[in-house]
Amino acid sequence: MTANRLAESLLALSQQEELADLPKDYLLSESEDEGDNDGERKHQKLLEAISSLDGKNRRKLAERSEASLKVSEFSVSSEGSGEKLVLADLLEPVKTSSSLATVKKQLSRVKSKKTVELPLNKEEIERIHREVAFNKTAQVLSKWDPVVLKNRQAEQLVFPLEKEEPAIAPIEHVLSGWKARTPLEQEIFNLLHKNKQPVTDPLLTPVEKASLRAMSLEEAKMRRAELQRARALQSYYEAKARREKKIKSKKYHKVVKKGKAKKALKEFEQLQKVNPTVALEEMEKIENARMMERMSLKHQNSGKWAKSKAIMAKYDLEARQAMQEQLSKNKELTQKLQVASESEEEEGGTEDVEELLVPDVVNEVQMNADGPNPWMLRSCTSDTKEAATQEDPEQLPELAAHEVSASGAEERPVAEEEILLREFEERQSLRKRSELNQDAEPASSQETKDSSSQEVLSELRALSQKLKEKHQSRKQKASSEGTVPQVQREEPAPEEEEPLLLQRPERVQTLEELEELGKEDCFQNKELPRPLLEGQQSERTPNNRPDAPKEKKEKEQLINLQNFLTTQSPSVRSLAVPTIIEELEDEEERNHRQMIKEAFAGDDVIRDFLKEKREAVEASKPKDVDLTLPGWGEWGGVGLKPSAKKRRQFLIKAPEGPPRKDKNLPNVIISEKRNIHAAAHQVQVLPYPFTHHRQFERTIQTPIGSTWNTQRAFQKLTTPKVVTKPGHIIKPIKAEDVGYQSSSRSDLPVIQRNPKRITTRHNKEEKL
Amino acid sequence: METAPKPGKDVPPKKDKLQTKRKKPRRYWEEETVPTTAGASPGPPRNKKNRELRPQRPKNAHILKKSRISKKPQVPKKPREWKNPESQSGLSGAQDPFPGPAPVPVEVGQKFCRIDKSRKLPHSKAKTRSRLEVAEAEEEETSIKAARSELLLAEEPGFLEGEDGEDTAKICQADIVEAVDIASAAKHFDLNLRQFGPYRLNYSRTGRHLAFGGRRGHVAALDWVTKKLMCEINVMEAVRDIRFLHSEALLAVAQNRWLHIYDNQGIELHCIRRCDRVTRLEFLPFHFLLATASETGFLTYLDVSVGKIVAALNARAGRLDVMSQNPYNAVIHLGHSNGTVSLWSPAMKEPLAKILCHRGGVRAVAVDSTGTYMATSGLDHQLKIFDLRGTYQPLSTRTLPHGAGHLAFSQRGLLVAGMGDVVNIWAGQGKASPPSLEQPYLTHRLSGPVHGLQFCPFEDVLGVGHTGGITSMLVPGASEPNFDGLESNPYRSRKQRQEWEVKALLEKVPAELICLDPRALAEVDVISLEQGKKEQIERLGYDPQAKAPFQPKPKQKGRSSTASLVKRKRKVMDEEHRDKVRQSLQQQHHKEAKAKPTGARPSALDRFVR
Repeated sequence: MTANRLAESLLALSQQEELADLPKDYLLSESEDEGDNDGERKHQKLLEAISSLDGKNRRKLAERSEASLKVSEFSVSSEGSGEKLVLADLLEPVKTSSSLATVKKQLSRVKSKKTVELPLNKEEIERIHREVAFNKTAQVLSKWDPVVLKNRQAEQLVFPLEKEEPAIAPIEHVLSGWKARTPLEQEIFNLLHKNKQPVTDPLLTPVEKASLRAMSLEEAKMRRAELQRARALQSYYEAKARREKKIKSKKYHKVVKKGKAKKALKEFEQLQKVNPTVALEEMEKIENARMMERMSLKHQNSGKWAKSKAIMAKYDLEARQAMQEQLSKNKELTQKLQVASESEEEEGGTEDVEELLVPDVVNEVQMNADGPNPWMLRSCTSDTKEAATQEDPEQLPELAAHEVSASGAEERPVAEEEILLREFEERQSLRKRSELNQDAEPASSQETKDSSSQEVLSELRALSQKLKEKHQSRKQKASSEGTVPQVQREEPAPEEEEPLLLQRPERVQTLEELEELGKEDCFQNKELPRPLLEGQQSERTPNNRPDAPKEKKEKEQLINLQNFLTTQSPSVRSLAVPTIIEELEDEEERNHRQMIKEAFAGDDVIRDFLKEKREAVEASKPKDVDLTLPGWGEWGGVGLKPSAKKRRQFLIKAPEGPPRKDKNLPNVIISEKRNIHAAAHQVQVLPYPFTHHRQFERTIQTPIGSTWNTQRAFQKLTTPKVVTKPGHIIKPIKAEDVGYQSSSRSDLPVIQRNPKRITTRHNKEEKL
Repeated sequence: METAPKPGKDVPPKKDKLQTKRKKPRRYWEEETVPTTAGASPGPPRNKKNRELRPQRPKNAHILKKSRISKKPQVPKKPREWKNPESQSGLSGAQDPFPGPAPVPVEVGQKFCRIDKSRKLPHSKAKTRSRLEVAEAEEEETSIKAARSELLLAEEPGFLEGEDGEDTAKICQADIVEAVDIASAAKHFDLNLRQFGPYRLNYSRTGRHLAFGGRRGHVAALDWVTKKLMCEINVMEAVRDIRFLHSEALLAVAQNRWLHIYDNQGIELHCIRRCDRVTRLEFLPFHFLLATASETGFLTYLDVSVGKIVAALNARAGRLDVMSQNPYNAVIHLGHSNGTVSLWSPAMKEPLAKILCHRGGVRAVAVDSTGTYMATSGLDHQLKIFDLRGTYQPLSTRTLPHGAGHLAFSQRGLLVAGMGDVVNIWAGQGKASPPSLEQPYLTHRLSGPVHGLQFCPFEDVLGVGHTGGITSMLVPGASEPNFDGLESNPYRSRKQRQEWEVKALLEKVPAELICLDPRALAEVDVISLEQGKKEQIERLGYDPQAKAPFQPKPKQKGRSSTASLVKRKRKVMDEEHRDKVRQSLQQQHHKEAKAKPTGARPSALDRFVR
């Protein structure tokens, strides 16, 4: 290497020499004084200087310029030789001696080996040892993981761990050694043998076994090949279909479709000749397609494109033609297939009847709509739609009635009457229509017709009855309104209306209420009686201004409450009336009621209850903390209140608690106080794997006591987690216990017992 | 033999054990050999009667019973088939045509499921999920077992059916007595005790014993089935109410001045002077508490197992003379003169709830055995049935010609009202439905005004105390046909009773556990849980369960510069912030959406409302 480099540098130098004349001359002129020898040396030096310029060999070697006793051992260099000093060179004496040859060999062998790395320090060695030991142990131990997991999840552990009981041997195996001894047994066995029935292994008779063996290998192979072929073909076909599907050309698709249609027609015609039943099915399919077409709005000139064309149609012939084309297409598609019907008409009139039943209104209209004016077309189509809806008279009117009833139910009973009337009319019309239909129908469906008409009639009757009743009740109400002092009349409501009454309380005609109505008859909701007293009270209370909405709410609540309490309930129809009241029922009752009224005139139960509830709500609300110091930062004194701003600033609002349980229950006060004594029995800390209380609650919802469970279930639910058999030694688990092979020589115990062995092994390696 | 449990919601915690109602438990061979013995054997629920007066009624019932079992939809809950390949083929090669355990109808099993799956759980980790799965599997298994053992409840409730269009209320007691077997007919009787005024009465929990006390001091207890008198005394003081304690051996009598306790021989054991002027008594059997309502307005709970007064609560509503207990949760219902009914527990000084029921005062209150319905009658002559499942709204209301003074529910949900000298009974459609007040099921007129009413447990019998004495009426279908022999066995011997007493005392429920929703005890106390968490945070100075702040992972190639780390942190923070804002916005939307419909349509006339 170094020699090469030197040669290169020399070459480079020789080239450079000519270029660098001047310095050389200068050097030469100086060296001329001292002589040739000197010059040679200098030349050498120069060469070196230049060669060191390339940057790789910058190290300046000490040069021994003159002979001296002191020679630094560090500045020995192999400069001159141009090679590295080899150890063998040191041994080389002036004369070669054979005794050194062996040493030389050894030295060369040492040299051939790579240099030994520095030994790591002790800590690192130990760390590595630990790591290795850990990994090995972990690996060995990991085979216990499933065992540990299983034991942890086990419902019950019984110690000492037993070995698995041997499975109960099936009876055949037990009986295999059994032989027939008695004559009867022998006879039976003979019979069995004769009929080649299985004696010991009852699973398969020889016939069955033979049948199992019937399929040969070749056959199976053939079958497999067949299947493979079919699969391959299918995949090819699929690929092809996919490719074709991706083709975007419209023209191509058109051609394909036409081709398909033609093919289908041909096939159909053929089928008609060959197999009429299948053809009929095909027909049905076509019919279905026609139905779909008729149902959809495709080709009906109702799309976006069609609309735009319709605008253009007046001026543009092409557009008109396009529209015509579309319509003709529709016609074509919706046309009834004549081929089959013509032939079948002669055979039987079944199809005919159907046609009669469902007049093809749509088609007719389309026929009419062949004219050039698209506007006419549009109107016609809408006509057809109407006609279509008219065709099934049940749906639309019913729907309408529903809507009306939905809206009307909230309004007034008058509206209800209207609905009833309308319903009535509709049913009438329905009946007419159905009659017409039935007229058209052949006599085959006589029974159904009768029944349906009967139904209609009965419905009508019921409706009319209802109407009458309504009218009557209205009249009664009117009369009762006229006679003021009649209070809370208990009129025996007709049976039918009872559920209604229960749900939506009828207006209560009380004296109070009438007064109220006189005072403020501006309430939109007539059915709800207005509380007079509460309204007045709220007026009187001075601080109702700031919380007006709340007041309103309360009012609503009160209304509900009043409503709820004054609901006129139907009186009980009892066979046996208590004897005391039996005589002079009416008078007695009235007197009694009067008495009660008088007795409770003073105390308004509802108002008291509401007041109580309000107090309870107030008491349970968290209190705000007012930290204002009067006179701090402003004037203070008697009659001076801290400013509103200050108060706002120093008022700590309490957080709003959860909503009360009785928030929406006007007639109930539910205490919000906690039952501390019961809470002491409740769980207060979530156990480990649970993060939310609801999760834990779910696991303790099933009771485990014997009161709620069957005996078996109770025993199972209360089995102890660990059972130890008394008088047995519980030994630690062994690999054999779990079914592992005991390869314990290389296993964990060995490693654990003498961990030093590993380290010694390592040391040995190092020594080598 | 396995006992069949009832779900906790339906009945108070008590065992229902399969037993026939007859004295002698029927054996399987009896039906085959002597089919008529079933009819002839003295059985209480043989009150079934048709207007056709079919003599073979009881026999028919047997057939019905059988067919009911087979009629059950055999929908397999879980087609469990433990196929054992070896056992599949026996020696004969024959296979079990019905492998695995018998299938259980889904709806029957569902009845015993207690885990409320309607409440959604927050996302849970794998470990938690496995625990939940275990709990659910356990529940399913136990419910299937319970459903399977329901087959053992063989007895059917009695019923009364009129011919089509005929009103059952027209059927009088004489007709019923004529139609039923002799043993059942013997259960209809009248005690003419005109001398000592209106009577209050009480059946023991097994339904075997009857105690009654007349206003003028007459107190008696008897085994009413055999009509064997246990004791008869006159306490020489007005008797306001009478009640058996946990067994028929002890009897509490509310006398004019104080509360007295007698044993079944009529010997006075205690005079409790802390309960004075008691008007009504109620005994809570699972808590061993005797609740007394007094004229002075105090509701006092007396623990009869230790003889201590657990709580004396001032109702602050004047004289208390309307009281009943909710058998489902042991809450006491008190009726007041201001039309409210208040619900009490000994653990709370104030009522758990107050319900405004009537415009006038409340005259009678009764709660059905499932704790679902409460019937009240008031001075406004109305009879109302309230739903007690959180809404407290009236389900049905009727005005009675003369308001009902006494009300009582039977075990199967029949409601009886005593109005003057007439007793009306209403029945519902099924067991869990409220009685429909439209048509009475039965009516009966007594010789004097009614003063006390109670249905006899496990017997289709209604006891009525009135001024003329005591009447025992037959009411088909009133009571539970199957009783739990371990819990309340009508045929138990003295030894059995003593053993039961010890067990019941061991299982005594502490008084403070009485609350409106007994299932709430199986819930975690969230408030103290939160508080504990807060305290822990305070103690530690940090939240150990808090989510660790985001720490960006170190990345290589110079992308882990400080600036980029900060940037990444900020990104995550911003994302979280955005989430929060989004959530709060959603909540706001929800609130607005909710608030809108409650506002109702504003009317133009609203501006005049002040």
